[in-house]
Amino acid sequence: MKTLFAFFLPTGRIGVATIGLVVFGINVCGTFRVLAQEVGAAALKHKRSTYAALAEAPPKAKERKNPFEGDTQAVAAGGKLFEQHCANCHGEKAGGASQGPSLLREEVQQATPGTLFWTLTNGVVRRGMPVWSKLPEPERWQIVTFLQSLNSRSLNPQSLNSQSPNSQAVKPVLH
Amino acid sequence: MVARLIPQRIRRKLPSRAVLVNVIALIFFLFCCRPSLVLAQESPYIVSYDHYLEEPGSLEVEYFSTFGTQRGGNDFDAFWTEFEYGATAWWTTEVYLAGQTTFNDSTIFTGFRWENRFRLLQREHLVNPVLYIEYENTNAADKILKEVEGHDVESDYAASNAVLRQEHDHELEMKLLLSSTFKGWNVAVNPIVTKNLLPSEPWEFAYAIGASRPLALKASPNRCNFCRENFIAGVEMYGGLGDAQSAGLHDTSHYLAPVVAWNLPSDWTVRLSSGFGLDDNSHRLLLRWGLSREFSGFGEMVGRLFGGRP
Repeated sequence: MKTLFAFFLPTGRIGVATIGLVVFGINVCGTFRVLAQEVGAAALKHKRSTYAALAEAPPKAKERKNPFEGDTQAVAAGGKLFEQHCANCHGEKAGGASQGPSLLREEVQQATPGTLFWTLTNGVVRRGMPVWSKLPEPERWQIVTFLQSLNSRSLNPQSLNSQSPNSQAVKPVLH
Repeated sequence: MVARLIPQRIRRKLPSRAVLVNVIALIFFLFCCRPSLVLAQESPYIVSYDHYLEEPGSLEVEYFSTFGTQRGGNDFDAFWTEFEYGATAWWTTEVYLAGQTTFNDSTIFTGFRWENRFRLLQREHLVNPVLYIEYENTNAADKILKEVEGHDVESDYAASNAVLRQEHDHELEMKLLLSSTFKGWNVAVNPIVTKNLLPSEPWEFAYAIGASRPLALKASPNRCNFCRENFIAGVEMYGGLGDAQSAGLHDTSHYLAPVVAWNLPSDWTVRLSSGFGLDDNSHRLLLRWGLSREFSGFGEMVGRLFGGRP
Protein backbone atom coordinates (compact mmCIF):
# COMPACT_ATOMS: atom_id res chain seq x y z
CA MET A 1 0.00 0.00 0.00
CA LYS A 2 2.83 2.34 0.96
CA THR A 3 4.59 1.56 -2.32
CA LEU A 4 1.39 2.28 -4.25
CA PHE A 5 0.95 5.56 -2.33
CA ALA A 6 4.58 6.51 -2.97
CA PHE A 7 4.06 5.76 -6.66
CA PHE A 8 0.93 7.88 -7.01
CA LEU A 9 1.99 10.78 -4.79
CA PRO A 10 4.48 12.34 -7.22
CA THR A 11 2.17 11.53 -10.17
CA GLY A 12 -0.66 13.30 -8.37
CA ARG A 13 1.51 16.33 -7.74
CA ILE A 14 2.44 16.49 -11.38
CA GLY A 15 -1.25 16.22 -12.28
CA VAL A 16 -2.24 19.00 -9.91
CA ALA A 17 0.62 21.12 -11.19
CA THR A 18 -0.42 20.47 -14.81
CA ILE A 19 -4.05 21.39 -14.11
CA GLY A 20 -2.85 24.48 -12.27
CA LEU A 21 -0.68 25.48 -15.22
CA VAL A 22 -3.53 24.95 -17.69
CA VAL A 23 -5.92 27.05 -15.57
CA PHE A 24 -3.24 29.72 -15.20
CA GLY A 25 -2.61 29.65 -18.96
CA ILE A 26 -6.31 30.03 -19.76
CA ASN A 27 -6.52 32.99 -17.39
CA VAL A 28 -3.47 34.65 -18.89
CA CYS A 29 -4.76 34.11 -22.45
CA GLY A 30 -8.18 35.47 -21.49
CA THR A 31 -6.64 38.52 -19.88
CA PHE A 32 -4.47 39.15 -22.95
CA ARG A 33 -7.50 38.74 -25.21
CA VAL A 34 -9.51 41.32 -23.29
CA LEU A 35 -6.52 43.65 -23.15
CA ALA A 36 -5.88 43.27 -26.88
CA GLN A 37 -9.51 44.13 -27.65
CA GLU A 38 -9.38 47.15 -25.34
CA VAL A 39 -6.15 48.34 -26.94
CA GLY A 40 -7.67 47.85 -30.41
CA ALA A 41 -10.74 49.89 -29.50
CA ALA A 42 -8.59 52.61 -27.95
CA ALA A 43 -6.41 52.70 -31.08
CA LEU A 44 -9.46 53.29 -33.29
CA LYS A 45 -10.60 56.14 -31.06
CA HIS A 46 -7.12 57.69 -31.10
CA LYS A 47 -6.89 57.42 -34.86
CA ARG A 48 -10.05 59.49 -35.29
CA SER A 49 -8.86 62.21 -32.94
CA THR A 50 -5.31 62.41 -34.29
CA TYR A 51 -6.32 64.92 -36.97
CA ALA A 52 -7.16 67.36 -34.18
CA ALA A 53 -3.44 67.51 -33.39
CA LEU A 54 -2.86 69.37 -36.68
CA ALA A 55 -4.73 72.34 -35.27
CA GLU A 56 -2.29 72.55 -32.37
CA ALA A 57 0.57 73.80 -34.56
CA PRO A 58 1.57 77.36 -33.56
CA PRO A 59 0.81 80.09 -36.17
CA LYS A 60 4.53 80.74 -36.79
CA ALA A 61 5.12 77.05 -37.54
CA LYS A 62 2.08 76.91 -39.83
CA GLU A 63 3.46 79.70 -41.98
CA ARG A 64 6.82 78.09 -42.67
CA LYS A 65 7.50 77.56 -46.37
CA ASN A 66 8.58 74.25 -47.80
CA PRO A 67 12.09 74.73 -49.24
CA PHE A 68 11.52 71.82 -51.63
CA GLU A 69 8.15 72.88 -52.99
CA GLY A 70 7.73 71.66 -56.57
CA ASP A 71 11.02 69.75 -56.48
CA THR A 72 10.42 66.36 -58.14
CA GLN A 73 13.61 64.93 -56.68
CA ALA A 74 12.33 65.81 -53.22
CA VAL A 75 9.03 64.06 -53.98
CA ALA A 76 10.93 60.91 -54.95
CA ALA A 77 13.20 61.10 -51.90
CA GLY A 78 10.21 61.83 -49.67
CA GLY A 79 8.42 58.81 -51.12
CA LYS A 80 11.38 56.64 -50.23
CA LEU A 81 11.50 58.04 -46.70
CA PHE A 82 7.73 57.59 -46.32
CA GLU A 83 8.04 53.97 -47.34
CA GLN A 84 10.85 53.43 -44.85
CA HIS A 85 9.55 55.28 -41.82
CA CYS A 86 5.82 56.00 -42.14
CA ALA A 87 4.18 53.29 -44.24
CA ASN A 88 4.18 50.77 -41.41
CA CYS A 89 1.65 52.85 -39.46
CA HIS A 90 -0.06 54.92 -42.16
CA GLY A 91 -0.23 52.21 -44.82
CA GLU A 92 1.84 51.72 -47.94
CA LYS A 93 -0.55 53.95 -49.85
CA ALA A 94 -0.88 56.51 -47.04
CA GLY A 95 -4.52 55.51 -46.78
CA GLY A 96 -4.24 54.58 -43.12
CA ALA A 97 -3.65 51.32 -41.27
CA SER A 98 -4.43 49.85 -37.88
CA GLN A 99 -1.96 52.11 -36.08
CA GLY A 100 -2.10 55.38 -38.00
CA PRO A 101 -4.77 57.48 -39.71
CA SER A 102 -5.11 58.11 -43.43
CA LEU A 103 -2.96 60.92 -44.77
CA LEU A 104 -5.18 61.26 -47.82
CA ARG A 105 -7.95 62.84 -45.78
CA GLU A 106 -8.86 66.46 -46.30
CA GLU A 107 -7.57 67.45 -42.83
CA VAL A 108 -4.05 66.46 -43.85
CA GLN A 109 -4.14 67.43 -47.49
CA GLN A 110 -5.50 70.91 -46.76
CA ALA A 111 -2.93 71.53 -44.01
CA THR A 112 -0.09 73.94 -44.75
CA PRO A 113 3.41 72.49 -45.32
CA GLY A 114 4.48 74.14 -42.07
CA THR A 115 1.71 72.36 -40.15
CA LEU A 116 2.73 68.98 -41.54
CA PHE A 117 6.39 69.68 -40.80
CA TRP A 118 5.56 70.72 -37.24
CA THR A 119 3.42 67.61 -36.65
CA LEU A 120 6.13 65.36 -38.05
CA THR A 121 8.78 67.01 -35.88
CA ASN A 122 6.78 66.92 -32.63
CA GLY A 123 4.76 63.78 -33.18
CA VAL A 124 1.48 63.22 -31.41
CA VAL A 125 3.03 61.40 -28.48
CA ARG A 126 -0.08 60.96 -26.36
CA ARG A 127 -1.85 59.34 -29.32
CA GLY A 128 0.99 57.04 -30.30
CA MET A 129 2.86 58.96 -32.99
CA PRO A 130 6.54 59.31 -32.06
CA VAL A 131 8.57 62.46 -32.64
CA TRP A 132 10.49 62.35 -35.91
CA SER A 133 13.04 65.05 -35.25
CA LYS A 134 15.66 62.32 -35.45
CA LEU A 135 15.32 62.67 -39.21
CA PRO A 136 17.31 65.72 -40.31
CA GLU A 137 15.24 68.79 -41.19
CA PRO A 138 15.69 68.47 -45.00
CA GLU A 139 14.46 64.86 -44.85
CA ARG A 140 11.35 65.92 -42.94
CA TRP A 141 10.65 68.56 -45.60
CA GLN A 142 11.13 65.89 -48.28
CA ILE A 143 8.43 63.80 -46.60
CA VAL A 144 6.12 66.84 -46.47
CA THR A 145 6.77 67.41 -50.18
CA PHE A 146 5.83 63.82 -50.89
CA LEU A 147 2.65 64.07 -48.80
CA GLN A 148 1.61 67.17 -50.68
CA SER A 149 2.24 65.44 -53.99
CA LEU A 150 -0.57 63.07 -52.99
CA ASN A 151 -2.94 66.04 -52.97
CA SER A 152 -4.33 65.54 -56.48
CA ARG A 153 -4.66 61.82 -55.89
CA SER A 154 -6.36 62.33 -52.57
CA LEU A 155 -9.43 63.71 -54.35
CA ASN A 156 -9.99 60.17 -55.52
CA PRO A 157 -8.41 57.82 -52.95
CA GLN A 158 -10.14 54.86 -54.62
CA SER A 159 -7.75 55.20 -57.54
CA LEU A 160 -4.86 54.45 -55.17
CA ASN A 161 -6.58 51.57 -53.47
CA SER A 162 -7.67 49.98 -56.72
CA GLN A 163 -4.08 49.10 -57.58
CA SER A 164 -2.90 45.55 -57.14
CA PRO A 165 -2.00 44.67 -53.54
CA ASN A 166 1.68 44.31 -54.40
CA SER A 167 2.03 47.66 -56.09
CA GLN A 168 2.84 50.68 -54.00
CA ALA A 169 1.13 54.01 -54.38
CA VAL A 170 4.39 55.84 -53.94
CA LYS A 171 5.99 54.21 -56.95
CA PRO A 172 4.17 56.04 -59.77
CA VAL A 173 5.09 59.30 -58.09
CA LEU A 174 8.68 58.23 -57.65
CA HIS A 175 9.52 57.46 -61.25
CA MET B 1 33.78 17.56 -21.26
CA VAL B 2 33.23 17.08 -25.00
CA ALA B 3 36.15 19.38 -25.71
CA ARG B 4 38.46 17.02 -23.84
CA LEU B 5 37.67 14.25 -26.32
CA ILE B 6 39.12 16.34 -29.16
CA PRO B 7 42.88 15.97 -29.53
CA GLN B 8 44.74 19.05 -28.29
CA ARG B 9 46.49 19.52 -31.64
CA ILE B 10 43.07 19.91 -33.36
CA ARG B 11 41.62 21.90 -30.47
CA ARG B 12 44.26 24.58 -30.95
CA LYS B 13 43.09 25.08 -34.53
CA LEU B 14 39.44 25.56 -33.51
CA PRO B 15 38.19 29.11 -33.07
CA SER B 16 37.88 30.41 -29.53
CA ARG B 17 34.54 30.38 -27.68
CA ALA B 18 34.21 34.13 -28.06
CA VAL B 19 34.47 33.84 -31.84
CA LEU B 20 32.00 30.97 -31.82
CA VAL B 21 29.47 32.91 -29.75
CA ASN B 22 29.75 35.86 -32.13
CA VAL B 23 29.38 33.65 -35.20
CA ILE B 24 26.33 31.88 -33.71
CA ALA B 25 24.73 35.26 -32.95
CA LEU B 26 25.32 36.39 -36.53
CA ILE B 27 23.83 33.18 -37.95
CA PHE B 28 20.81 33.59 -35.67
CA PHE B 29 20.23 37.10 -36.97
CA LEU B 30 20.74 36.19 -40.62
CA PHE B 31 18.43 33.20 -40.67
CA CYS B 32 15.75 34.04 -38.14
CA CYS B 33 14.79 37.48 -39.37
CA ARG B 34 12.49 38.10 -42.29
CA PRO B 35 13.13 41.08 -44.54
CA SER B 36 11.03 44.24 -44.29
CA LEU B 37 10.88 47.64 -45.93
CA VAL B 38 11.29 49.63 -42.75
CA LEU B 39 14.53 51.51 -42.24
CA ALA B 40 15.78 51.97 -38.74
CA GLN B 41 17.29 55.37 -38.07
CA GLU B 42 19.41 54.38 -35.15
CA SER B 43 21.90 56.61 -33.42
CA PRO B 44 25.52 55.41 -33.39
CA TYR B 45 25.82 55.57 -29.59
CA ILE B 46 26.60 52.39 -27.69
CA VAL B 47 26.90 53.86 -24.18
CA SER B 48 25.13 57.23 -24.37
CA TYR B 49 21.41 57.66 -25.02
CA ASP B 50 19.60 60.31 -26.97
CA HIS B 51 15.92 61.09 -26.33
CA TYR B 52 14.48 59.01 -29.14
CA LEU B 53 12.49 55.99 -28.05
CA GLU B 54 11.51 52.88 -29.91
CA GLU B 55 8.49 53.32 -32.19
CA PRO B 56 5.30 52.02 -30.52
CA GLY B 57 4.71 48.34 -31.22
CA SER B 58 8.21 47.78 -32.63
CA LEU B 59 10.66 45.27 -31.27
CA GLU B 60 14.33 45.84 -31.80
CA VAL B 61 16.70 42.93 -31.29
CA GLU B 62 20.30 43.97 -30.80
CA TYR B 63 23.54 42.10 -30.33
CA PHE B 64 26.69 43.82 -29.12
CA SER B 65 30.21 42.66 -28.52
CA THR B 66 33.03 44.41 -26.64
CA PHE B 67 36.62 43.28 -26.91
CA GLY B 68 38.71 44.74 -24.11
CA THR B 69 42.38 44.65 -23.31
CA GLN B 70 43.31 43.86 -19.72
CA ARG B 71 46.57 44.67 -17.99
CA GLY B 72 47.40 42.23 -15.20
CA GLY B 73 44.95 39.68 -16.54
CA ASN B 74 43.49 38.16 -19.69
CA ASP B 75 41.82 40.12 -22.47
CA PHE B 76 38.10 39.53 -22.79
CA ASP B 77 35.15 39.63 -25.14
CA ALA B 78 31.90 40.59 -23.46
CA PHE B 79 28.62 40.32 -25.35
CA TRP B 80 25.01 41.13 -24.74
CA THR B 81 21.66 40.86 -26.44
CA GLU B 82 18.95 43.48 -26.06
CA PHE B 83 15.24 43.13 -26.71
CA GLU B 84 13.86 46.64 -26.93
CA TYR B 85 10.13 47.20 -27.24
CA GLY B 86 8.24 50.41 -27.82
CA ALA B 87 5.29 50.05 -25.42
CA THR B 88 3.97 53.54 -26.23
CA ALA B 89 5.34 56.65 -27.91
CA TRP B 90 6.57 57.79 -24.45
CA TRP B 91 7.71 54.48 -22.90
CA THR B 92 10.30 51.98 -24.10
CA THR B 93 11.13 48.86 -22.16
CA GLU B 94 14.16 46.65 -22.71
CA VAL B 95 15.69 43.43 -21.43
CA TYR B 96 19.42 42.64 -21.68
CA LEU B 97 21.12 39.28 -21.35
CA ALA B 98 24.88 39.45 -20.94
CA GLY B 99 27.83 37.11 -20.95
CA GLN B 100 31.55 37.20 -21.50
CA THR B 101 34.56 35.17 -22.54
CA THR B 102 37.82 35.82 -20.78
CA PHE B 103 40.60 34.43 -22.92
CA ASN B 104 42.49 31.48 -21.39
CA ASP B 105 39.75 31.30 -18.77
CA SER B 106 36.06 30.59 -19.47
CA THR B 107 32.79 31.77 -21.02
CA ILE B 108 30.03 32.60 -18.57
CA PHE B 109 26.58 34.16 -18.37
CA THR B 110 26.88 37.29 -16.27
CA GLY B 111 23.29 38.39 -15.68
CA PHE B 112 20.36 40.40 -16.93
CA ARG B 113 19.12 43.97 -16.91
CA TRP B 114 15.65 45.43 -17.25
CA GLU B 115 15.58 48.97 -18.50
CA ASN B 116 12.75 51.47 -18.92
CA ARG B 117 12.85 54.87 -20.56
CA PHE B 118 10.10 57.45 -20.13
CA ARG B 119 9.75 60.55 -22.25
CA LEU B 120 8.89 63.40 -19.90
CA LEU B 121 7.70 66.05 -22.37
CA GLN B 122 5.27 65.48 -25.19
CA ARG B 123 6.77 67.86 -27.72
CA GLU B 124 10.22 68.65 -28.97
CA HIS B 125 12.16 71.30 -27.08
CA LEU B 126 15.67 72.67 -27.16
CA VAL B 127 16.61 70.08 -24.53
CA ASN B 128 14.51 66.95 -24.27
CA PRO B 129 14.56 65.00 -20.99
CA VAL B 130 13.95 61.27 -20.76
CA LEU B 131 13.97 59.36 -17.47
CA TYR B 132 15.87 56.08 -17.50
CA ILE B 133 15.38 53.46 -14.78
CA GLU B 134 17.16 50.12 -14.83
CA TYR B 135 17.32 47.11 -12.55
CA GLU B 136 20.48 45.03 -12.84
CA ASN B 137 20.98 41.48 -11.61
CA THR B 138 24.55 40.70 -12.55
CA ASN B 139 27.72 39.28 -11.08
CA ALA B 140 31.10 40.97 -10.81
CA ALA B 141 32.34 39.11 -13.91
CA ASP B 142 30.08 41.34 -16.03
CA LYS B 143 32.42 43.14 -18.42
CA ILE B 144 30.12 44.72 -20.98
CA LEU B 145 31.15 48.15 -19.67
CA LYS B 146 27.85 49.57 -20.85
CA GLU B 147 28.31 52.13 -18.15
CA VAL B 148 31.42 52.90 -16.13
CA GLU B 149 30.36 53.97 -12.65
CA GLY B 150 31.76 55.23 -9.37
CA HIS B 151 35.30 54.01 -8.85
CA ASP B 152 35.22 51.26 -11.51
CA VAL B 153 38.79 50.74 -12.69
CA GLU B 154 40.59 48.27 -14.96
CA SER B 155 42.11 46.24 -12.12
CA ASP B 156 38.56 45.30 -10.91
CA TYR B 157 38.32 42.99 -13.92
CA ALA B 158 41.71 41.28 -13.62
CA ALA B 159 40.65 38.35 -11.41
CA SER B 160 39.53 35.05 -12.90
CA ASN B 161 35.90 34.38 -13.77
CA ALA B 162 35.65 31.77 -11.02
CA VAL B 163 36.44 34.44 -8.43
CA LEU B 164 34.47 37.31 -9.97
CA ARG B 165 31.25 35.37 -10.48
CA GLN B 166 30.96 34.75 -6.73
CA GLU B 167 29.96 38.36 -6.16
CA HIS B 168 26.35 39.18 -7.08
CA ASP B 169 25.10 42.69 -7.68
CA HIS B 170 21.52 43.86 -7.51
CA GLU B 171 21.58 47.45 -8.61
CA LEU B 172 19.17 50.20 -9.45
CA GLU B 173 20.45 52.63 -12.03
CA MET B 174 18.89 55.92 -12.96
CA LYS B 175 19.84 58.32 -15.71
CA LEU B 176 18.47 61.60 -16.88
CA LEU B 177 18.87 61.53 -20.63
CA LEU B 178 19.17 65.08 -21.89
CA SER B 179 19.35 65.36 -25.63
CA SER B 180 19.12 68.04 -28.24
CA THR B 181 19.00 67.93 -32.03
CA PHE B 182 19.87 70.98 -34.09
CA LYS B 183 20.89 71.30 -37.76
CA GLY B 184 21.39 67.55 -37.98
CA TRP B 185 23.63 67.42 -34.91
CA ASN B 186 22.55 65.46 -31.86
CA VAL B 187 24.12 66.15 -28.50
CA ALA B 188 23.27 63.86 -25.60
CA VAL B 189 24.31 64.29 -21.96
CA ASN B 190 23.49 61.54 -19.46
CA PRO B 191 24.16 62.08 -15.75
CA ILE B 192 23.97 58.67 -14.02
CA VAL B 193 23.37 57.53 -10.42
CA THR B 194 23.55 53.91 -9.33
CA LYS B 195 22.63 52.25 -6.07
CA ASN B 196 23.58 48.74 -5.11
CA LEU B 197 20.53 47.47 -3.26
CA LEU B 198 22.68 46.44 -0.30
CA PRO B 199 22.15 49.18 2.32
CA SER B 200 25.87 49.36 3.07
CA GLU B 201 26.80 50.27 -0.51
CA PRO B 202 26.98 53.98 -1.39
CA TRP B 203 25.35 55.78 -4.31
CA GLU B 204 27.69 55.86 -7.30
CA PHE B 205 27.91 58.56 -9.95
CA ALA B 206 28.84 58.52 -13.61
CA TYR B 207 28.35 60.34 -16.88
CA ALA B 208 28.08 59.69 -20.60
CA ILE B 209 28.20 62.34 -23.31
CA GLY B 210 27.71 61.90 -27.03
CA ALA B 211 27.56 63.97 -30.21
CA SER B 212 26.69 62.70 -33.67
CA ARG B 213 25.55 63.76 -37.13
CA PRO B 214 24.47 61.97 -40.32
CA LEU B 215 27.00 62.30 -43.15
CA ALA B 216 24.25 63.80 -45.34
CA LEU B 217 21.12 65.64 -44.24
CA LYS B 218 19.14 65.19 -47.45
CA ALA B 219 17.90 61.81 -48.65
CA SER B 220 18.73 60.68 -52.14
CA PRO B 221 15.76 59.66 -54.32
CA ASN B 222 17.00 56.11 -54.85
CA ARG B 223 17.09 53.16 -52.51
CA CYS B 224 20.73 52.54 -51.68
CA ASN B 225 22.98 50.86 -49.15
CA PHE B 226 25.96 53.16 -49.37
CA CYS B 227 24.26 56.57 -49.55
CA ARG B 228 25.83 59.07 -47.21
CA GLU B 229 22.58 59.64 -45.34
CA ASN B 230 22.71 56.02 -44.15
CA PHE B 231 25.84 56.71 -42.11
CA ILE B 232 25.85 58.55 -38.80
CA ALA B 233 29.20 59.34 -37.22
CA GLY B 234 29.95 60.69 -33.81
CA VAL B 235 31.94 60.47 -30.65
CA GLU B 236 31.07 59.56 -27.09
CA MET B 237 32.83 59.95 -23.78
CA TYR B 238 31.96 58.18 -20.56
CA GLY B 239 33.37 57.49 -17.12
CA GLY B 240 32.88 57.36 -13.37
CA LEU B 241 32.53 60.26 -10.97
CA GLY B 242 33.12 58.48 -7.67
CA ASP B 243 30.50 57.72 -5.06
CA ALA B 244 28.63 59.42 -2.23
CA GLN B 245 31.50 58.77 0.20
CA SER B 246 34.26 60.03 -2.11
CA ALA B 247 32.92 61.89 -5.09
CA GLY B 248 35.33 63.19 -7.69
CA LEU B 249 37.66 62.03 -10.42
CA HIS B 250 40.28 60.22 -8.31
CA ASP B 251 40.38 56.44 -8.87
CA THR B 252 37.95 56.61 -11.75
CA SER B 253 38.25 55.53 -15.37
CA HIS B 254 37.24 57.42 -18.50
CA TYR B 255 36.92 56.59 -22.18
CA LEU B 256 36.71 58.45 -25.46
CA ALA B 257 35.16 56.52 -28.34
CA PRO B 258 34.55 57.49 -31.97
CA VAL B 259 31.36 55.76 -33.13
CA VAL B 260 29.67 55.12 -36.45
CA ALA B 261 26.32 53.59 -37.39
CA TRP B 262 25.32 52.27 -40.76
CA ASN B 263 21.54 52.11 -41.21
CA LEU B 264 20.75 49.71 -44.02
CA PRO B 265 17.51 49.91 -46.03
CA SER B 266 16.87 46.27 -45.11
CA ASP B 267 16.27 47.48 -41.53
CA TRP B 268 19.59 46.35 -40.17
CA THR B 269 21.92 48.64 -38.30
CA VAL B 270 25.61 48.05 -37.83
CA ARG B 271 27.50 50.00 -35.17
CA LEU B 272 31.24 50.24 -34.64
CA SER B 273 33.15 51.92 -31.86
CA SER B 274 36.73 51.96 -30.69
CA GLY B 275 37.08 53.27 -27.16
CA PHE B 276 40.37 54.50 -25.81
CA GLY B 277 41.13 54.69 -22.10
CA LEU B 278 41.95 58.24 -21.06
CA ASP B 279 43.81 57.50 -17.84
CA ASP B 280 45.88 54.78 -16.17
CA ASN B 281 42.81 53.28 -14.50
CA SER B 282 41.09 52.59 -17.82
CA HIS B 283 41.33 49.65 -20.19
CA ARG B 284 43.61 50.77 -22.98
CA LEU B 285 41.24 49.68 -25.74
CA LEU B 286 37.56 48.73 -25.96
CA LEU B 287 36.58 47.62 -29.44
CA ARG B 288 32.84 47.34 -29.83
CA TRP B 289 30.52 46.31 -32.61
CA GLY B 290 26.79 45.82 -32.70
CA LEU B 291 24.16 44.49 -35.03
CA SER B 292 20.49 45.28 -34.64
CA ARG B 293 17.25 44.77 -36.46
CA GLU B 294 13.87 46.29 -35.96
CA PHE B 295 10.65 44.29 -36.22
CA SER B 296 7.90 46.80 -36.89
CA GLY B 297 4.36 45.86 -35.93
CA PHE B 298 5.52 43.24 -33.44
CA GLY B 299 3.04 44.37 -30.78
CA GLU B 300 0.17 44.28 -33.26
CA MET B 301 1.18 40.78 -34.34
CA VAL B 302 1.18 39.57 -30.73
CA GLY B 303 -2.17 41.34 -30.16
CA ARG B 304 -3.67 39.48 -33.13
CA LEU B 305 -2.45 36.17 -31.69
CA PHE B 306 -4.58 36.87 -28.65
CA GLY B 307 -7.63 37.92 -30.63
CA GLY B 308 -7.12 41.69 -30.74
CA ARG B 309 -8.84 43.67 -33.51
CA PRO B 310 -6.75 44.14 -36.66
